[in-house]
This record gives sequence, structure tokens and C-alpha cells, in this order.
Amino acid sequence: MTKFQRYLLNKVLWFVLAFAVALVFNFLLPRLIPGNPVDTIVAQMASGGGTSGEALQKVYVAYINEFGLDKPIWVQFFLYLRNLARGDLGVSFALSPARVQDLIAQALPWSIALQLPAILIGWVVGNLLGVLAAYKGGWLDRGAFTLSLFISSIPYYCLSIILLYLLAVRWTLFPPGGGYSYGMSPSLSWTFVKSALEHYWLPFLSLVLIFIGGQAVGMRAMSVYELDADYVRFSQSLGVPDGRIIGYIFRNGMLPQITGLALAIGSLVGGALITEIVFSYPGIGTLLFSSIRQNDYPVVQGVTLLIMIAVLLANFAVDIAYGFIDPRIRARATGD
Amino acid sequence: MAVDSQQKTNTKSGSAFLAGVWRMLTSGRALSQRFLISVVLLILLVGFGILGPLILGKNKPMAIVGGLYDAPSAKYWLGTDNFGHDVFTQLMFGTRTSLIIGTIAGGVATFIGVLIGTVAGYRGNIVEEMLMGLTNVVITIPSIVILILLSIAVKTRSIVTMGLIIGVTSWPWTARAVRAQTSSLRTREHVDIARLSGAGTLSLIAWEIIPYMLSYIVMAFVLQLSGGILQEAALSMLGLGPNQVISLGIMLHWALLWESVRTGAWWAFLPPTLFLTLIAFLLLIVQSSIDEIFNPRLRKA
Repeated sequence: MTKFQRYLLNKVLWFVLAFAVALVFNFLLPRLIPGNPVDTIVAQMASGGGTSGEALQKVYVAYINEFGLDKPIWVQFFLYLRNLARGDLGVSFALSPARVQDLIAQALPWSIALQLPAILIGWVVGNLLGVLAAYKGGWLDRGAFTLSLFISSIPYYCLSIILLYLLAVRWTLFPPGGGYSYGMSPSLSWTFVKSALEHYWLPFLSLVLIFIGGQAVGMRAMSVYELDADYVRFSQSLGVPDGRIIGYIFRNGMLPQITGLALAIGSLVGGALITEIVFSYPGIGTLLFSSIRQNDYPVVQGVTLLIMIAVLLANFAVDIAYGFIDPRIRARATGD
Repeated sequence: MAVDSQQKTNTKSGSAFLAGVWRMLTSGRALSQRFLISVVLLILLVGFGILGPLILGKNKPMAIVGGLYDAPSAKYWLGTDNFGHDVFTQLMFGTRTSLIIGTIAGGVATFIGVLIGTVAGYRGNIVEEMLMGLTNVVITIPSIVILILLSIAVKTRSIVTMGLIIGVTSWPWTARAVRAQTSSLRTREHVDIARLSGAGTLSLIAWEIIPYMLSYIVMAFVLQLSGGILQEAALSMLGLGPNQVISLGIMLHWALLWESVRTGAWWAFLPPTLFLTLIAFLLLIVQSSIDEIFNPRLRKA
């Protein structure tokens, strides 16, 4: 086995370990709730009225069976693993008989459609802005940098709230939330797409601004270090056009920024939960919010599992890609 | 991100740290003005949360004094929230809760991070591998997930529990950065001398290692404090905030749930939003000012 293969194997083992720890947490923690989650649900149904005692008893037994709560905890864990392997995340408490994976499958496309473009565009624009600010200096640097620093230090949900109030309530430029007009149901018709797009801009704007700000600040810091490098001085003295020098700096400052991009994509599912809540956007964040309110533990667990898997995969991808891209890590791994 | 960049910070002893702070405060340059203004504003915020209720005699945040979103008036300066509570009183108590939770979380996270980082960096070998292995596993599991699961698992969440929960999930970055610093300090002569004169590991770390990266630890704490306050707000907005108390995040939770933004009741959601933004911004300035003092290369820009 070469050293590089050993590097890969080492990484794989670490991630299997992290994944195992994550799975155990995800399984165990909701089961530590004092009392039985089913009690809470049944109590809620009873307080809603209209359900007879006998019917409640049936619901109770059905839930206990469904979740296997009468079995020892290690049997429950293996049942959980077996169901996971089949892609089955169980039944929602609140929206029974809807299955958790179906609820997630409904919400996930909204989250991805909202955030993936915001992350990509924010990344490109932010990095260009960062290099430009560092290289040009002067008013561009002061203006762009101060603004980026300010925006990226605003908690992302606070910016969402302020934008929602200013742009949708104070000045009614955008619809004040939701993924599409009230009363519509998702379809591929023109009117639906048009309505979805109208509702898209404001949450998109609030996310993309934060990404641009964060990336610009990071890239500027990287580029300021690069400005002193010999290759920049040398190119300048040769009279290489600014655009090309900026290109060189860009490539040299890129590596940490690529990590940032991959990790941002990984944290896509869990990264903007509250933005979605602020805008009542029908994605994963809103699903999590309502399931927490309704003590719908299977859905909460499903969402947390999804967030964890996405982040772990992104980290793993970054580590593996670094092994290939960065000559220093490759050298260390292969012992050159 | 910011923590990583500070690995280049020069390490100095505790007295040099105090001297540095003193130099900055007395130099009268733009840097020191920025630092002073943010510290004064932060002290005002702390005073607002802790002394405000005493001085103004508004000490019943849960008292119902009006109806659904009454507009601001001479008696209730920021109107009422959805339950008819006085928003101004809630703001004072909310600021207090958020600051306390942030401080506990920041303290716990910094303590665990420094302990694990210094022991790993100082002992090296198998101890380092194990501690850093643990850190790497914890770092890859997103903290918001553990926060959500832990918050669900504990039945009642007090202020202290919230602080602890946030603290125990946010130490890995500090641990990783402190380990790097410790590794470079380990080979210094004064550490060797202390070791040869028979000092134990922990006392050696406390007297020969930690004073030399005090500025660094203070910066890490400021970042963790700010992170803790924002994590509390995020959890509270998801509906997992501390029970029976008010915090800035809980104010926002109810304000969002009762549609204060869309109905234009700005007094219910704007004050906590602005306070959170202000706290995050001020702490960032404090942190970056400390960084600039000990990392002269940054001062050029």
C-alpha cells in the first residue's frame, strides 16, 4: 500500500468513526427525553378533544409498536439502522401517516433551489470583490471592505428580518414570504413558476449578501498576504497588466476559499434554517421549525440526520480533494 | 476563520499582554479609539441588562400590561408584544439572559478548548493523537445538530443548561488553534527549565505556556462569547430556548410566530434584532482590535 493510499484509508476511517458517533447521537439523544415521546403526542391528541379514550389507547399501542419503544434499547438501535439502510426514516407524529422521508423530499428541493445559487454566486462575486479590494486599495478597498465586514458581521437571520421588513412591508417591493402565492399548489405551470420566482428574490438576496460579504473579507485577507509576494512585485515591474496579476493572486489565494465553498455547500441544508423561517419559505428550516413545535421527533431526527450527512460528506470531499490538489499535503502523504 | 488567521500572532507573556493593552489605550490612535468606543458601548449594554431594571424600576418582564402589539407610548416606550408584555422591560431582561448565556458558553468552550489544546500540544505523541482525533470528530459533526438534539433531550432548559450545552459543542476550534500555539511554545528554553526543575504537566501548562498566549486566549474567548450569544438566539428562534425566562432570541421567536414583521409592529422585532447585531458587531471590533495590537502586520491595512 502506498503512503497516499494509506492517507486515503486513514481519512475514510476517521469519517466512518465520525459518522458512527453522529448516528449514535442522533438515535440516542431524543430517547433521553424524560418520559415517553408517545405520551406527549397522545396527551396532545387528548387535549385536542374529539377522540375517545378507547381510540387513544389504540393510537398509543400503534405508536409504541411502530417505533418499537417496548423493546430494549439496543434492539431499537438495530431496528433504526435497518430502517435507515432501507431509506426509511419512520412515520411523522404530527402528520401521520406521512413518512418522514417524503416530508423531507418535499422540503429539500426548496432549500437547495434557494441556497445553491446564493452560495455559488456569492462565492464568485465575493472572491472577485476581495481580490479587487486588496489589489486596487484606496476608496474601493475602504468602501467594499468596510461594507463587507459590516454585512458579514450581521447575524444572518437579523439581516433577513431587516430586509423582510424594509423591502416587503415598509416598501412593498417583494411579497412578504412563503414560497409561492397563497392558495396555489406546486406544479410545473407557468403561473406557478412565476409566483415562485417572485417569492424567491428576497430570501435569495438576504443569503447572497451574507455570502458575498463573508467571502470578500476572507479573500481580501488572503490577497493582502499575497501582495507582498515576489511574483506580484516581479510581474508589476515587468509591466504585466493588472487583470492578469489579479488572476495570479486569485489562483494563489484560492485553496482556502475552495474549502469554504465545499463546506458551504455541505452546510447548505442546515446553514440557513432561520432565514427560511423568517420568510416562511417551504424548505427544511420551516419543516424543522414546525416539527419542533409539534414535538414531532421522527421529523426532527430525520432533518438532523440529513444535515449531518451533508456536512460529513462535504468535509470528506474536501479532505480527499486536498490530497490531490495541494502538493504540500500530497508530498506529506506520499513521503516525497 | 478568524481563529485560524491568528496562528501567526506573536506569542507574548501575560505581562506583555497587559503592557500591550495599556500601550493601545494610551496611544490615542484610531485603533485605540475604535477599541475604546466598542468597550464603552458593551459596558453600557451590560449595564442596561443588569442595572437597567433596578434603576428604571421595570422589573416584571412577564407582567401583562397591555394588548396584542400596542404601539409605543409614554408609559411603555417600546409598546407591547403579542402577549401584552412591555417590550422595553423584556429587552432589558433579554439582553441580560443573552449575555449570561454567552458568557457561560464562551467560558466553558474556552476552558475545554484551552485544556485539550495545551495538553495535546504539550504532551505530544499518543495523547496528542487521541485528543486531536476527538477534536476532529467533534468538529465534523455540525454543532447545530448536537445543539438541537441536546436541547430536545433535556426536559427543562435553564439559563445555565443552555450555556453549558452551547459551550460543550463549540470548543473544538479553540482546541485546534491552541494546540498549534502550544506545539511551538513547547520547545522554548523556559519550558525546558521548568520541566527540569520538576514541575508537573498541569502547573507547567498554567505557568509556562498559558501566560505566553494570553492575548490569543482572550481573543478566542471574545469570539466564543459572540458565537454563544448568536447560537442561543438561533436555538431560541427554532423554539428551543431557555424556559421561563426571556432572551433576545425568544423575543424574536414570538415576534416571528405572531407575524409582527408582516403586520408592521416594528417595536416587537426591531429592538432585539438591532441589539443582537450590535453585540455581534462590537465584539468583532474588540476582537479584531486586540488582534491588530499583537499582530502588527495587520495594522498596515
